[in-house]
Amino acid sequence: MDLEKIKSDIEEAVLDCRLQIVVNPSPSAQHSLVVAREHAAAVARYLRDDAELRLDYCSNVSGVDWLDTETSEKVKTKKLVDGVEQEVEEVRKTRTPGYLEAVYHLYSMEKKHGPLVLRQRTENRGDGVTVASLTPVWRSAEFQEREIFDLYGIVFEGHPDLRRILMWDGFEDHPMRKDYVEPNDYEYEPTPHDAVIAKAAQARETERR
Amino acid sequence: MMEAAIEELTVRDAAGKGEDALLELSLGPHHPSTHGVFRMDVVLDGERVMRLKPVFGYLHRNHEKIAEGASYLASMPYTDRLDYIGSLTNNWAYALAVEKLAGIEVPERAEYIRVITAELTRLQNHASTIGFLTQEMGASGSPLMYSFREREKILDLFEALTGSRMMCNYMRFGGCRVDLPVGWMDQARKVVAEFPRFLDEFERLLTGNEILLARTQGVGVLSGELAIQGGVTGPILRASGVNYDIRKVDRYGIYERFDFKVPLGEHGDVYDRYMVRVLEMRESLKILNQALRDIPAGPIMDAKTKIRGFRPKAGEAYGRIESAKGELGFFLISDGTGNPYRYRVRPPSLINLTVLEDMCIGSSVADTIVTFGTIDIVLGEVDR
Repeated sequence: MDLEKIKSDIEEAVLDCRLQIVVNPSPSAQHSLVVAREHAAAVARYLRDDAELRLDYCSNVSGVDWLDTETSEKVKTKKLVDGVEQEVEEVRKTRTPGYLEAVYHLYSMEKKHGPLVLRQRTENRGDGVTVASLTPVWRSAEFQEREIFDLYGIVFEGHPDLRRILMWDGFEDHPMRKDYVEPNDYEYEPTPHDAVIAKAAQARETERR
Repeated sequence: MMEAAIEELTVRDAAGKGEDALLELSLGPHHPSTHGVFRMDVVLDGERVMRLKPVFGYLHRNHEKIAEGASYLASMPYTDRLDYIGSLTNNWAYALAVEKLAGIEVPERAEYIRVITAELTRLQNHASTIGFLTQEMGASGSPLMYSFREREKILDLFEALTGSRMMCNYMRFGGCRVDLPVGWMDQARKVVAEFPRFLDEFERLLTGNEILLARTQGVGVLSGELAIQGGVTGPILRASGVNYDIRKVDRYGIYERFDFKVPLGEHGDVYDRYMVRVLEMRESLKILNQALRDIPAGPIMDAKTKIRGFRPKAGEAYGRIESAKGELGFFLISDGTGNPYRYRVRPPSLINLTVLEDMCIGSSVADTIVTFGTIDIVLGEVDR
């Protein structure tokens, strides 16, 4: 499949839509298309319904966490030091904000081709960041998007049933994020036994005295 | 049409509310029919299932996160624990993804060994799935014992080759860990030659069996359209009449060299899923016969690949194979270091559960258990 052609076809078919091609340098050469949130559903529908592409099967949806990156460069500037102009070397740091990503691997069962890789990116790595849910287009994304919501904390707008799927309901963090720190007592759950254990400990204490 | 009715449905206590009362019931997680720790939240109208939500995660250990902290090689034995019935196909899927990521060539003999072990895995997986299925329909013991007897012979082969019956940890990027031991080929040929006898016996017992027909025909119907939409793969998809076998579509490894057919169902019911599995076993035997005949001598590892301290260049790759349960894929992102930046497993068991509710709505509890059984899930893979 010619990604450049698919890109221009989509941009023609979907109003105001601009896509970006991400080049994959590995020998697999599976390059991908990045789509903005507001056009994601329309693009997905185009990919599924277009007579030539017919990408009717969304095989895999995965989340990726890209951390903030910091690049530093040395810059020479002129400054007044003790009244004399001197050339001083300064380190200037530029911070590129990270983002979360949902990657879709699309195939066609009808035409037997693929994969086409579609990516959606969030604005930053904050809480409650959103992308569009593609579950209305491909139902196979239902559990996988729930998993990404659970483990990465991406909110999929338009998902019919967005709940935690692998972690339990009371769990608060998102363990697949790169900066996740697991708490020491993450398996702790209050049970009725706690009171009993405390009572028994107290009884032992009094016996010892 | 069903969905609207479910939206309006209110759950009440069944006690003393007359015939229209609905009962919310938790099937599992600790019950043999759920094949592990798996729960179905069902709403029942008498015996009829009105709503069904799968609940899982009891076995979740965040395999993907663990793999991000380990070297590429160190995740290989861990893939055995995903679908513990078919560890060799898991190995292959992971090895294939890494080979795509780094552009590694696999020697011919290793490709043959991979095909032979993968097809043996498919045989024992399908045999035990059908065994479990009959168990769930109330045939306690006999058919399951028959299939386990055959499975044991295949596990013996795995043990002779890899040192372990189920946790094989056998494949490597660019080949396989060890060569076939002396006498293994003869033993394998013997197992493959005797397997059709078991299949014939099994089929005489089951295929025309009146009880099996009554319990499976027209039960848990899944249309081809919904199967594609729900991302269902493997024997279930093909039982619904969709011709999609990754061995034929991607022709990964050396599958284009073998002559085999892809069995398809017509009705997409439990019976078709049973039948497709039986026929797939016969096709696997065909592949095995050809592979055991043609396997060449030669190296089993790509000499250029350094497995220890393996550092692929930055990039990403998605590799997939047709495992016994469906499409098993691995999505890897490398940042040029010795650990994968992202390691994702595309588990067929999990995604095949997406349409479980649609298959079960309106059927009885007993049929739900049977339908669920034919999806053939392994919780090690669902929960990861």
